[in-house]
Amino acid sequence: MTILINSSSRVITQGITGKTGQFHTQNCLEYGRGSDCFVAGVTSGKGGQKFAGIPIFDTVEAARCETGADVSVIYVPPPFAAAAIDEAVEAGIGTVICITEGVPVKDMILTRDRMRDSGTVLVGPNCPGVITPGELKIGIMPGYIHTPGRIGVVSRSGTLTYEVVDQLTKLGMGQSTCVGIGGDPVNGLKHLDVMKMFNDDPDTDAVVMCGEIGGSDEEECAQWIGENMKKPVAAFIAGVTAPPGKRMGHAGAIIAGGRGTADDKISALEDAGVSVTANPAEIGLAMRQAIGIG
Amino acid sequence: MKVHEYQAKEILRKRGIPVPRGMPCFSPDDAVRIANEIGGARWVVKAQIHAGGRGKGGGVKVVGSLGGVREAAEEMLGMMLVTHQTGPMGQQVNRLLVEEGVDISRELYVGLVIDRSSQRVVVMASSEGGTEIEEVAANSPEKIFKAFVDPSSGLSQDDALEMMKNLELEPDQAEEGARFLEQLFVAFWETDASLAEINPLVVTADNRVIALDAKFNFDENSLFRHPEIVAMRDTDEEDPAEIEASAVGLSYISLEGNIGCLVNGAGLAMATMDIIKLYGGEPANFLDVGGGATAEQVTEAFKIMLSNPELKAILVNIFGGIMRCDVVAEGLVQAAEVVKLKIPLVVRLEGTNVKRGREILERSGLDMITATTMADAAEKVVAATES
Repeated sequence: MTILINSSSRVITQGITGKTGQFHTQNCLEYGRGSDCFVAGVTSGKGGQKFAGIPIFDTVEAARCETGADVSVIYVPPPFAAAAIDEAVEAGIGTVICITEGVPVKDMILTRDRMRDSGTVLVGPNCPGVITPGELKIGIMPGYIHTPGRIGVVSRSGTLTYEVVDQLTKLGMGQSTCVGIGGDPVNGLKHLDVMKMFNDDPDTDAVVMCGEIGGSDEEECAQWIGENMKKPVAAFIAGVTAPPGKRMGHAGAIIAGGRGTADDKISALEDAGVSVTANPAEIGLAMRQAIGIG
Repeated sequence: MKVHEYQAKEILRKRGIPVPRGMPCFSPDDAVRIANEIGGARWVVKAQIHAGGRGKGGGVKVVGSLGGVREAAEEMLGMMLVTHQTGPMGQQVNRLLVEEGVDISRELYVGLVIDRSSQRVVVMASSEGGTEIEEVAANSPEKIFKAFVDPSSGLSQDDALEMMKNLELEPDQAEEGARFLEQLFVAFWETDASLAEINPLVVTADNRVIALDAKFNFDENSLFRHPEIVAMRDTDEEDPAEIEASAVGLSYISLEGNIGCLVNGAGLAMATMDIIKLYGGEPANFLDVGGGATAEQVTEAFKIMLSNPELKAILVNIFGGIMRCDVVAEGLVQAAEVVKLKIPLVVRLEGTNVKRGREILERSGLDMITATTMADAAEKVVAATES
């Protein structure tokens, strides 16, 4: 099973003829069952061409009709990214993963409003993507650091997720699915949504969660964990040293109006019984302790 | 991106939203000339810096004569204005706003921000104008009224009127206030703002509803479609190191400490700052080199960090994914040679091609300390600053 994606997913790349889209689609094809899963690309005006043996279509609708795709990954430039999400939603794609960084917030507000009743799940934008180790990688993460296993990972940041996965792998804890939800203020899945999926996933035994300053998503997730989570959770929150009012790289990583501090998030998670570590080098160890083998 | 109060008011004025009559200026002579043009018997001279809390720091003066205008302008121009948002050094005042004095009968608060939970713009209004809204939110949250705006239809007349009635305004004032709110929402939406605050929004003695102060921030991701907003940028208000960094595609924030950090990825960069602190050190900056990290970028990053005279050591923490460690290592070696690095450099590489990366560093003969884990790196860099 695992969550969101697995080897029976059928994936299209939107923006497959761009440099980024080509590079990462090639890498994803070479990982796990990627060559079975990636079935089409979409670039308007390039329909009928091929990339790495994959047919290219002019529209998502055409690609879905021809190939039965149920997942889409988006690499189109920021000014057009929200429209690409809209197109995938309208074509009835079940899971849309938007990698693009720098999408205007207003575009995302409008897109999220339009897709409210669609049934499509959005991951990102501004995220590394999703990987179910050994089966399917959709996104820009380095595949080789992952190992199949039973720990779920959810995170707002890219390279910090790689750091965590690397620690887990080196400590002998493989991963069920790793989900990068991205660092933007208005986006698709939140920590809470992914946590619920992991809670219901028979292939996941425990979850590592990486948050960062800004917003209150971690606090909302913490409250839900305290009341509902059946599996152990370990967490790290980045930005204890971040000053208020400064945007730390990610559009969403800013302490504004005294809210969204790392301390607030850490205490909410601790209250919910989560093993929180202040040391980013020991996130793997915190997970081990949480599942009782530390 | 932030703009000055007078620029925010210009955005409002262009849309017919009521603001006091006034103009920006750069000299006491101009201040007097503008006051003279405005006429009347009372003026307000306001220091234009991006930080809030200007009044308490002496950056806002109400005066009753043209001589008073000159005096206030002479006093403010060039001063280092210290507020709770500027830091202890303060911010130099280079521009002033001279406005007509307004007879205030009530002070209200209006603010618009992006609400992450509802994924909508939220309009907030409170009868407690003039004070910090965070204080109102903490002490009497029932005094803040909110409307979450449907993005497909905008702020409705009914919602705007309902909010204003909640502030216990007279019926005609409430209607005027509602019109103000509706227009303010349109201004926010059309300019891709991320925050708009009118604090205070005042009801005047002659029953006008008018923005006495105005603050606008804009979504950086949307600036490509707003050249008119980009033109308002005042780089005097920004950290020169941050401007230099953004010109070469680096995300850099100055901090108070003495350990420079160069990291790929925003989350890992924050985590690196955190672990330095955890091991007893103080980070000098946040620096995300992003997904590229070419030799040129690393060189620039070193130069920017080294422009800080407090810097005692540099920690490089790269988790190579798509970015290969061997390429990063070559960049580091080149950069260290170009800038003739004289302070300790601790390098932690992990990820794709890490073995080759470490070999390149060792073969280079450069005086650098290599580390394996983040903890190892933090410990070594903190030790290096103490020796």
